[in-house]
Amino acid sequence: MNLYFKLKYEILIVHMSGELDHHSAEETRNKIDNELEHCGYKDLILDFSQVTFMDSSGIGVVIGRYKKLALKKGKLCVINVNNNIKKVFELSGMFKIIPLYENLEKAVKSF
Amino acid sequence: MYDNMMKIEFLSKSQNESFARVAVAAFAAQLDPTLEELSDIKTAVSEAVTNAIIHGYDNQEGVVAIEVYILQNEITIIVSDKGVGIEELELAMQPLYTSRPDLERSGMGFTVMETFMDSLEVKSEKGSGTTVIMKKIFNSLS
Repeated sequence: MNLYFKLKYEILIVHMSGELDHHSAEETRNKIDNELEHCGYKDLILDFSQVTFMDSSGIGVVIGRYKKLALKKGKLCVINVNNNIKKVFELSGMFKIIPLYENLEKAVKSF
Repeated sequence: MYDNMMKIEFLSKSQNESFARVAVAAFAAQLDPTLEELSDIKTAVSEAVTNAIIHGYDNQEGVVAIEVYILQNEITIIVSDKGVGIEELELAMQPLYTSRPDLERSGMGFTVMETFMDSLEVKSEKGSGTTVIMKKIFNSLS
């Protein structure tokens, strides 16, 4: 899993590329947490446009970040999930607490 | 009874999760699945294999076996390990229940398997390992 970070209006945007499963979850989680600490922001957008596969490990990664950011009164949202990834997230009811936006522009506006 | 079958065994290392998904998907391709059906199978296999690695063998070294049977347009996928086994199966299969919240596991593995496949059966005994049997019928009209 490759991660590309961008900072915009005090929001950390993470472009993920590759497969998000148990094998890549720990590295993904650590890199995001480190970058959040490094930039000091508390708002996060996760861009799934180049995530080719995800299983329930991805739910754990996203909810884990949500819990950490909530402690700092931060927020997060996800964008550009394909149909399969959306199905997996929907099963967990995750969208009740973490919003999904169609694109980066709408996501940024939500903060 | 089956028209075709394959069996693979691999070490319970997380880097083999991707291999397992692709291997089963490649074998299932002969049933001419839609992209969504293929995606569903890969995700279900990923959950079962991940469970064997994290829970069955508790991230220690063991062997995970996958057998796949094809009978007409139905696929049966059996993922098994000889790990610690599940003590309380009903609890384990509850959505959102996880015995490893410390690993940021969501507890959705069995729910994903149940939803993405047409049937799910789990046989497990403490100390004897776990076998997960999943079936899916392909609806291709070709």
